[in-house]
Amino acid sequence: MATQHDESSTYEQVQASAEFQELRRRYRNWAFPVTVGFLLWYLLYVVLSGWARGFMGTKVFGNVNVALIFGILQFVSTFLIAWAYARHADKKLDPLSGKLRGEVEGTISE
Amino acid sequence: MNNHALSITLFVIFVAATLGITFWASRHTKNATDFYAGGRSFTGLQNGMAIGGDYMSAASFLGIAGIIALSGYDGFLYSIGFLVAWLVALLLVAELMRNSGKYTMADVLAFRMSPRPVRTAAGVSTITVSIFYLLAQMVGAGALVGLLFGITSPAGKAGTIVVVGLLMIVYVVVGGMKGTTWVQIVKAVLLMTGAALVTILVLAHFGFNLSSLLGTAAQQSGKGAAFLEPGLKYGVEAKGLASKLDLVSLGLALVLGTAGLPHILIRFYTVPTAKVARKSVIWGIGIIGVFYLLTLVLGFGAAALVGSKAIAEQNKAGNTAAPQLAQKVGQLIFGDTGGTILLAVIAAVAFATILAVVAGLTLASSSSFAHDLYAHVFKRGTATDAQEIRVARIAAFAIGAVAIVLAIFAQDLNVAFLVALAFAVAASGNLPAILYSLFWKRFNTAGAVSAIYGGLTSAVLLVIFSPVVSGTATSLFPDAKFNWFPLENPGLVSIPLGFLAGYIGTRLSKEFNAQKYAEIEVRSLTGAGAEKAVYH
Repeated sequence: MATQHDESSTYEQVQASAEFQELRRRYRNWAFPVTVGFLLWYLLYVVLSGWARGFMGTKVFGNVNVALIFGILQFVSTFLIAWAYARHADKKLDPLSGKLRGEVEGTISE
Repeated sequence: MNNHALSITLFVIFVAATLGITFWASRHTKNATDFYAGGRSFTGLQNGMAIGGDYMSAASFLGIAGIIALSGYDGFLYSIGFLVAWLVALLLVAELMRNSGKYTMADVLAFRMSPRPVRTAAGVSTITVSIFYLLAQMVGAGALVGLLFGITSPAGKAGTIVVVGLLMIVYVVVGGMKGTTWVQIVKAVLLMTGAALVTILVLAHFGFNLSSLLGTAAQQSGKGAAFLEPGLKYGVEAKGLASKLDLVSLGLALVLGTAGLPHILIRFYTVPTAKVARKSVIWGIGIIGVFYLLTLVLGFGAAALVGSKAIAEQNKAGNTAAPQLAQKVGQLIFGDTGGTILLAVIAAVAFATILAVVAGLTLASSSSFAHDLYAHVFKRGTATDAQEIRVARIAAFAIGAVAIVLAIFAQDLNVAFLVALAFAVAASGNLPAILYSLFWKRFNTAGAVSAIYGGLTSAVLLVIFSPVVSGTATSLFPDAKFNWFPLENPGLVSIPLGFLAGYIGTRLSKEFNAQKYAEIEVRSLTGAGAEKAVYH
């Protein structure tokens, strides 16, 4: 086992490496904007429910109105974002994080 | 055999089966990783179902169906907030937490901070949030037992609370996380099956024509087209701006609270890797999403077939809408016996739901007590695994006992607001601390402690001075009047305050450790050095 000091500097070296910075960039550039996006999309829905009652009550077909469709669309967008994130993580994050994990654990247990 | 006897029989079968699982799990619980994290050996699907089991409380099954049945569309607003919230957990919290923590929420917060103050704050917050939630569920159980099993005497209600409390203590003390997780899985399967069955029968009754179901619901509610639009319960026009801001406040707390609920967060530790944690959250989102779509049909179906008036007569909050609907639709399709059987099944499922959720909450709070407060604050990290587990079991017993006494004492009080308060505290205190810990380099001990205590106290204080506690006929204390804060939900103010407190606390302290930040950042994103699964 390496000492505590060596472990810490290993993490700092990995953190500074181009590969880790690439992983961090891929993660944050996807997760942060999408989070802002779905929160705004959700708040839009809440605000329309509070202040645009006429629009939300508009009937689209039969007794189905805009409010109901808007609500169902929140479900659809949630499912789609979850699916898209899984794809992004599988393709863009997992290979890189797996490689870096192997390197860090190899260095520390030497 | 009447429906009450059948309900009780079915419920006893559920209890016997889950106790069997719990004692089986206890023989496979050998160390702290087993007790706190179920050996980290659950699969993505299993943990996804358990996430659903922990999350789909009686409040969401009976409560949301009831709100929809009485106030129409507004109940759907609740479901949407509860579901979208899972994206915060999926994108920002689940995997990073699995990679950098061990047993509790505080493990992540204390990673690069001075452990004692941070663990104390996180432990206090975990136990507070869990007890609020626990109390609401247990008082709910006392109220429901009359309607579901025909037990109406005060002694009978108190007896029910004691039985629920003792069962949850047994699940946690004996089965630990392994037993509790299996209880959640069994419950999730039963709840989904029961809800799907009634939904299909309702849709079949309306010839699978959604528009005709909605039309009949609007008509039978006595409120017409307004029943299908927002505004009957939240953001009521006649109550002005405060009511609309309250809607936004509730929406914020729902969407940001989930990723800060301790009993949800510890679910991410029960799987072998971050990738499996991700899969389990995706399964959870699928299960929970489908469930809320089912409750939409159940709520409107109850309004259409039972009628809002008949539901309100049984229970003012509409909590019996789903069981009443089960009886009605069973009767319409299979005759009287069919109705009795379906009512009994749904009543038993509803009770199983309460039991599973309270077990999850007891586990979260006793884990935090043993791992954070006892092992790290009191014993300064010198406690052995065996000592920790023993203290966790004693804590589960003590917390359960306290919850039983408080719930009996609060039996006749309107404590439904405690669930919303738990979400508000989680969103205002826990979430800022977690997000700053994972993503903000400069964050430090003072910041973590300020975020948690700042968010916790502002949420609790604002509720104390809100119309929920005093000033109106439906308040906890209707005769007192100190309700200067106009909103029932504190989130709109307390969530920004929690984030701000964390920011200011951090800036006021010079503490900063670049090495530890490098370690948590690399570990959380790569999974290097993450806790491994234990297979027996």
